[in-house]
Amino acid sequence: MKPITRTLVATVLAALGATAVPASAQTAGEVTVYTTREPALIQPLLTAFTSRTGTKVNTVFVKDGLLERVKAEGDRSPADVLMTVDVGNLVDLVEGGVTQPVKSRELASAIPPQLRGADDQWFALSMRARVLYADKDLALKSLHYEDLADPRWKGKVCIRSGQHPYNTALVAALIAHDGEARTEQWLRGVKANLARKASGGDRDVARDILGGICDVGLANSYYVGQMKAAKEGTDARKWGDAIKVVRPTFDNPRSGTHVNISGAAVARHAPNQAGAVRLLEFLVSEPAQALYAQINFEYPVRKGVALDPIIGATIGELKIDSLQLADIARHRKQASVLVDKVGFDQ
Amino acid sequence: MAVWRVVRPGGPRAVGAAWFGSALLIAAAALLPIVSLAWIAAGADGGHWRHLVDHVLPVALSNTVVLLCGVALIVTAVGTACAWLVTAYDFPGRRTLGWALLLPLAMPTYIVAYVYLDMLHPIGPVQGAIRWLLGYDSPRQFRLPDLRSMGGAIVLMGCVLYPYVYLTMRALFASQSRRLLEAARTLGEGRWGAFRRVAWPLARPALAVGLSLALLETLNDIGASEFLGINTLTVSIYSTWVTRSDLAAAAQIACAMLVAVAGLMVLEAHGRRHQRFGNTRNQDGMTPIRLQGAWAWGATVATAIPVVLGFVAPAAYLVVDVVQRLASGQHLTVNLYNGLRNSVGLALGVSALVVAGGLVVAWTDRRISAASPPSTWLTRAASVGYAVPGSVLAIGLLAPGLAIDRAWAWLTDAPGLPLMNFGAILVGACCIRFMAMSAGSIGAGLSRIAPEIEQSARLLGETHVGTLRRVHLPLLRPAIAVAALLVFVDAMKELPVTLLLRPMNFDTLATVLYGEAARGAYEEGALAALAIVLAGLLPVVWLARTQFTSHSPRKPAS
Repeated sequence: MKPITRTLVATVLAALGATAVPASAQTAGEVTVYTTREPALIQPLLTAFTSRTGTKVNTVFVKDGLLERVKAEGDRSPADVLMTVDVGNLVDLVEGGVTQPVKSRELASAIPPQLRGADDQWFALSMRARVLYADKDLALKSLHYEDLADPRWKGKVCIRSGQHPYNTALVAALIAHDGEARTEQWLRGVKANLARKASGGDRDVARDILGGICDVGLANSYYVGQMKAAKEGTDARKWGDAIKVVRPTFDNPRSGTHVNISGAAVARHAPNQAGAVRLLEFLVSEPAQALYAQINFEYPVRKGVALDPIIGATIGELKIDSLQLADIARHRKQASVLVDKVGFDQ
Repeated sequence: MAVWRVVRPGGPRAVGAAWFGSALLIAAAALLPIVSLAWIAAGADGGHWRHLVDHVLPVALSNTVVLLCGVALIVTAVGTACAWLVTAYDFPGRRTLGWALLLPLAMPTYIVAYVYLDMLHPIGPVQGAIRWLLGYDSPRQFRLPDLRSMGGAIVLMGCVLYPYVYLTMRALFASQSRRLLEAARTLGEGRWGAFRRVAWPLARPALAVGLSLALLETLNDIGASEFLGINTLTVSIYSTWVTRSDLAAAAQIACAMLVAVAGLMVLEAHGRRHQRFGNTRNQDGMTPIRLQGAWAWGATVATAIPVVLGFVAPAAYLVVDVVQRLASGQHLTVNLYNGLRNSVGLALGVSALVVAGGLVVAWTDRRISAASPPSTWLTRAASVGYAVPGSVLAIGLLAPGLAIDRAWAWLTDAPGLPLMNFGAILVGACCIRFMAMSAGSIGAGLSRIAPEIEQSARLLGETHVGTLRRVHLPLLRPAIAVAALLVFVDAMKELPVTLLLRPMNFDTLATVLYGEAARGAYEEGALAALAIVLAGLLPVVWLARTQFTSHSPRKPAS
């Protein structure tokens, strides 16, 4: 063999050998989680589960295509728990046929019925509100989501892409509250008020408020905690300190603030179904729910668990909108089509 | 006229069943995800096209075309000009710049987008300094236009992607015979004329390779486009798939896009179908002309600008970020060791496999189609994995990949999904993704070796494999090195395929970085980003030392 061929072969073997994952399929008793939640957000919870129960947790962090992967793996899939954010994604998992109903008194008593899927096919584990970030000097106490289309905000609004699930869920809620025609008008109005293209992430709203690009913007509640709790002197802290938070409601007296969830389901072909249920039960237990609040600055789904102090002080207890999550999930495709139709992201 | 036409030699020549079979297998593997996508696409009715045509495509299409044209202009101009300057002229810093120009390759586009957004933000250092100079104290009084625009996206992507063109053009200029250019000069052409009428036309296959890589990268980008708010066709594939959960419709858009891309590439090849590029003379590198005074420094500055914009500034930003975090006593939580080991292992393995595969494909193609343009159907088929967005490719591979996995598990009586768990599907997917870089570069390298060489070798009794080994491989070394480098750095940065197809508990630097970035904590990912960049630097430097310098035999390597 020529040296180059030898080198090639040696490199392949060495490299793949170094990378090789222990090929053994998971041993009995381990739980495997497929998640679209970022590792840093759930690892502390999984570590706590392992130290409490001695059960090892394997993770695969997948972003887009979780459903497709589990579907393709079929009955040989190692996944026990499927974890994701946004109610629409959870409903997709159920409709894709990769979940199973779970009978657990523990889960049923900890999670209110409106935060569980039909047949208990999925469970919410934490909540986040879509709130208004406003310049800290702005005199603004309350707001209806509908008001953001008011021309008084012209050139003052920042928001991420209208096609992001956090925004399509809000638009879906608007459709459910106000009807499609009024929501389309709203989208056009907000689009006309944008200070910059609908792009970037939620934290960019705070950054752009500090940068003087806009005065207000819609973003998720937990970023407020992340930013305001960041170390003094860091950029994130400066962004967080530049804003205050208003909890918007919809334009009718019975409504509240729009809330989305993170949640999980037990996989249909879970090799360790019992372990999967135990993990979910742990995740809604009081200590785990407190971790959701303290580490991720999310709202617990379990009653009686304290909020993170920063979230408590800057946002406070939520008056959660009365709309069913299932109604929001039902309208989200319509919402996405509307966002395209008005050219919201253009 | 330096481009000469060669009379078509006879029909296809034998290449051996093993070679042909392997090449065919590689091409078939590359087509697998595309066939699977077409199958998925067939599952949707056309209902969504009404919506797309009315509301999405006009803007997405024109955005995409403008973005591609802009990036093409920048990468061609910057890549070619720099390659020509460092090959044909000598000026202060030329040697260093010669390899430094490759450095932006190591930078993931979306990291560069993030860094520039931060640096040029009204509250960032650049505008802060400008305000301080002008005496404003708040960004509300004075700020520059937003980077989040088409112009910003074009410049930014151009700065990061020009090395694809630079690299292929540099390898080409370096191996171009000095005598051709001298002949042109003897015939009365100036340096510029020699470039325009000889070097440039000869460079067309190399330019086609480099430019198509840069443009496919642009076309399939999702991270930077999202950051900068540019709604391209790829972004619309995402919103159809992810937001509206309509995978079939998304697959239809992806397939339509692929057809358009393939059409353009065929057109380009058709445009040079009569051209044959071969060089039978010994390949003396050209002797660079020493520039004097202002010209020399001008050349230094001109070639340094792309390096600074595409690499030095963003890398410095990352370094400052990491140092600040370390200095302020914040511990870095990310487990980088595993990520680094996995990234390097994956990238090395994939590069070696892809180089070997590319060689098989390009050589087989050359042998069976010695008369037609160098890049023919096998290479094209094997290269298709680079023409669709990474995550779309991964989705297409899921069904066939796992079907093979099940069959394998059934045959070997293994539990679960052994190939998936072992990472074999991930490696295979990355190979399919990057085969274009290797087959393309090596094919372009082969096209510059005249058929007469192999005819002579065959006449002297050498087999075709022996010819390849003893004649072509030594001549191909620069092209192979280029292919290995491109694949390695791209595999280091690879994200969407790894995200979807990796085994459990398997993190690479790119997935660690993405995990932080996706929850909005880019600064946490700075160290991972820096590690990707540093790991990408090593092969760049190695390539520069072994390949570019050894190519001027008249000047002993120093």
